[in-house]
Amino acid sequence: MDSARYNFSDHVILITGAARGIGKAIAGHFATAGATVLILDLNQEAIDIAVKDLNALGGKAFGYLANVIDGPQIESLFAELIKEHGKIDVLINNAGVTRDNLMLRMKEEEWDMVLDINLKGAFICTQKVFKHMMKARSGSIINIASVIGIMGNSGQANYAASKGGMIAFTKSCAKEFASRNVRVNAVAPGFIETEMTASLSDDIRAEYAKVIPLNKMGSPLDVARLCMFLAGKESEYITGQTIAVDGGLTMH
Amino acid sequence: MDIEAKVKQIVMDKLGVEEAQIVPEANFIEDLRADSLDTVELVMAFEDEFGLTIPDEDQDKLRTVGQAIDYLKSKLS
Repeated sequence: MDSARYNFSDHVILITGAARGIGKAIAGHFATAGATVLILDLNQEAIDIAVKDLNALGGKAFGYLANVIDGPQIESLFAELIKEHGKIDVLINNAGVTRDNLMLRMKEEEWDMVLDINLKGAFICTQKVFKHMMKARSGSIINIASVIGIMGNSGQANYAASKGGMIAFTKSCAKEFASRNVRVNAVAPGFIETEMTASLSDDIRAEYAKVIPLNKMGSPLDVARLCMFLAGKESEYITGQTIAVDGGLTMH
Repeated sequence: MDIEAKVKQIVMDKLGVEEAQIVPEANFIEDLRADSLDTVELVMAFEDEFGLTIPDEDQDKLRTVGQAIDYLKSKLS
């Protein structure tokens, strides 16, 4: 399943937190399929680099400095984007952070920050984009959750709550938007090789791999491929689902 | 086009109903079979068409075609 097989040249894809990491890989995958890719992030320097990289892949990439938890800013930005690009076919709520700490040490600020950006950010972007998708009677929204939202993890109560919340949020939106032909699904990545995991030692890596049935960490491209499937016509009868990209880690 | 005609046009477009059904006493949900999302869409369409903002607390006052026309007339006069 290579992006060359897919043609997204008439699609506009909006991805939050896409200047780096998994978000950038998703953006890159859509760029190689010819999509117009709109990336939102908080770091102008990273945005500029990402846009350059994405255009080098043959995409039509545009970067926007925006904060997903700023409702009025997101609302006016989306209205502008619709004017500029005609439509938004796909929203990928990818922006997310971690502030890991053991429960007994976790500060309220750490809890609030993770819940705000990961969950409230998805709420705001989804609400603002649905306004347009509802009128278009078409759209696909993809929430990047995490296996941690399914199985929990010590030291990540805030992150787990945000991602578990995102999965439940996905189902509610899927029910509410279905009559308007707008689908909402969640993707739950497992252990994926990114800048964030690059610093892990080989021992820890081997430890992780041991519990994964496919016996290795995943790549951002594995996540991007599923996003492309959920974005397009191939998945037109799929909504409200959470699909794990985790080498079998959370199968049940 | 006057307010009344514009409202009728929007209701026809959004709800896919015949012009004859759009009488002042027609209730959007009970008579014109709008679902809850349709009513939000109607309000948004009125806002776009007439260039005003209809606050959430006013949306409950727009249950029938007649109420919508009267409300918009009062706001635009």
